[in-house]
Amino acid sequence: MSAGTLVIDTEACKGCELCVDACPPAVLVMTTDRVNARGYRHPELLPGCIACKACTAICPDFVFQVYRYHPSEEDTR
Amino acid sequence: MSAPRFMAGSDALAAAMVAAGCRFFAGYPMTPFTGVLEAMAQRLPGAGGVCMNAESELEAIGMCWGAAAIGARAATGSTGQGLALMQESLAEMTSARLPLVVLNMARGQGDYFQTTRGGGHGDYRLPVLAPVDVSEAVTHVSLAFGWAEAWRTPVMLFGDYYLAHTHRSVSIPAPEEPVTPAWAVDGRSGGTGRARLISPLGTVKQRDGQGAQAGYDLAVHYRACADRTRAMLDGIAPRIEAETGGDTAVLVVAYGSPAAYVRAAVRELRAEGLPVGYARPVTLVPFPYGALARLARGCRAVAVYENNSGQAVDDVRLAVDGQVPVEFIGGLSMDPSGFGIAPDLDVTHLKERIMQLVGRVAAR
Amino acid sequence: MNEPRFLPVVPTDHPPACAASLVHDFTPELISVGAHQLCPGCGEPMAIRAVAEAVAELGLTRSCIAVFGIGCSTAFSNNLDIEVVQALHGRAPSVATGITRMRPDVTALTVQGDGDMVNEGLQEVLHAAARGERITCFMLNNGVFGETGGQMTATTVLGQRTKNSPEGRDARHHGHPIRLADLVATLDGAVYVARGAVDTAVNVQRTKRMVLKALQAQKRGFALVEVLTMCPTGWAVDTTRSARYMADHHARIHSMGVLKDTGGGRSR
Repeated sequence: MSAGTLVIDTEACKGCELCVDACPPAVLVMTTDRVNARGYRHPELLPGCIACKACTAICPDFVFQVYRYHPSEEDTR
Repeated sequence: MSAPRFMAGSDALAAAMVAAGCRFFAGYPMTPFTGVLEAMAQRLPGAGGVCMNAESELEAIGMCWGAAAIGARAATGSTGQGLALMQESLAEMTSARLPLVVLNMARGQGDYFQTTRGGGHGDYRLPVLAPVDVSEAVTHVSLAFGWAEAWRTPVMLFGDYYLAHTHRSVSIPAPEEPVTPAWAVDGRSGGTGRARLISPLGTVKQRDGQGAQAGYDLAVHYRACADRTRAMLDGIAPRIEAETGGDTAVLVVAYGSPAAYVRAAVRELRAEGLPVGYARPVTLVPFPYGALARLARGCRAVAVYENNSGQAVDDVRLAVDGQVPVEFIGGLSMDPSGFGIAPDLDVTHLKERIMQLVGRVAAR
Repeated sequence: MNEPRFLPVVPTDHPPACAASLVHDFTPELISVGAHQLCPGCGEPMAIRAVAEAVAELGLTRSCIAVFGIGCSTAFSNNLDIEVVQALHGRAPSVATGITRMRPDVTALTVQGDGDMVNEGLQEVLHAAARGERITCFMLNNGVFGETGGQMTATTVLGQRTKNSPEGRDARHHGHPIRLADLVATLDGAVYVARGAVDTAVNVQRTKRMVLKALQAQKRGFALVEVLTMCPTGWAVDTTRSARYMADHHARIHSMGVLKDTGGGRSR
């Protein structure tokens, strides 16, 4: 169900939430119960990432790495 | 040196700049600087250089900022008003450590404070050379480029109408081939992890020590600038020209074009047996405080002639530090000749002023 | 007390264990340090990233000098692995002129804000464009002086409230906004002029294409890309609403698109 996934550098995040609005499959949500060392909420990934890179295109703080699963792996996800 | 040629001061300055390796010039017309711009527009392209007609003095010095950053020998100039517009850049170029030669073809010696103190912000000084005539000015051009590069600072050459507009027979120094300094940017360090940065703000690439701590330490930057200014002022030997004898009771100080007339007056008076001497600060920054103090020692008065209401007289007072009375014998004196050089600069008239002072001193 | 979670959160603190390709790293090659002190939701890093990526993609990494003006973005010049010359407020086009006139082999670009380019340095950019200087100017237009805390600039739209137009920009008192890209497009020396934006991921990609076109057009003459960027702090708008705010206010006056392309005609 996911074509890809992310690595999120949560400590670099400033909690602007631009990625949440930008995410086409709407699989990024902000933490509600945790903040990073600077006190910012940060995004978390739900299943369903399509590795479209919209989050990283809009992110001012370079917090995302985007991975695309190889086709053989995709089906099992 | 080339064989002497009869040239306009502006043209001689331009020829000297090209010989000194200047390859970029930008300016905006303003009398009496305009002739230098015209001459550079004629001379630079043939020498492989670029002369830009900037739309303002602000842009002229901005273009020089870029040319200097890539290591080209660059120069600009103007007169008081135009230099007033350039002051922000002049001040910031000292902190960005960019060399530049600035031809200040002033409308008069009323710009002494602007030239030696500047109207820019911050804790800086610019070396200033004040040639007495075109022959000396062409030697100063090479000196100015050398200092600009050695100390990575703008250097000012303080001239006037007389320097720019009169024709003299002058020899141009032998051509120098400029060497691109190692610190200059050229784009090639991009992508190496060590990309160069030229910053007037004292910022550094984050990889260079401050890590993720963005921003910069102004105190560190300002202290570094102040230390460099001090090293420069200590490192440049102040220049002075003097003609005195053991008997000198009155030392007359003047600088720039008027000094030639003062020198002539003093020579005549000395030939007539009067105990007078002459001194001319050649560098206005650093000012020859020590040398002037030594020359003044034993004199009964120091007289200062300048064509304004009294500016360099302050520096002379600082030099003699109360040991000898300092009298101002100059004054603003303009005539409509177009040279900004005044009726006062008549040798007979100057001699009278000096003799009056000698008389007053003798009567004390 | 933990809230109930209805969907399992995917672990994102390490790369996937199974076979996967890294398709986008944290920072592009020429941004050596990603961490910066620009505000949350600032649009400038996205615009500067587009420039850094374009420089690398066009093979200009070893021949590029970026001239930065004065504004919030100046601090970002320290994060780049591109040679940088910092200029005074408004003066970057002149500095870039001095660079390329002496070194035509160097690609000189400027990064300036709207306060820098349209307020302080309007004549510089106009004359550089009219001269057809072989430089590319990037103007990050957020309609406020961001670094000083959100005051009105020449591009602030009518009605916009800022710290020094507290009742909103009033044409009778503050005059009208200047559409810089439109103005530059009228000058014969300009060969490529476009206005992009970074309010959506799609617009970021469109802007990136404009940046690429501009840097290529630079061989023929002056190029300018204005990029509308969000300034939630200066606008006093929540980060989550700033993209929409920009589209509804700023982009209405400063409309996106390619305004001039002498190489490839008018296209988007």
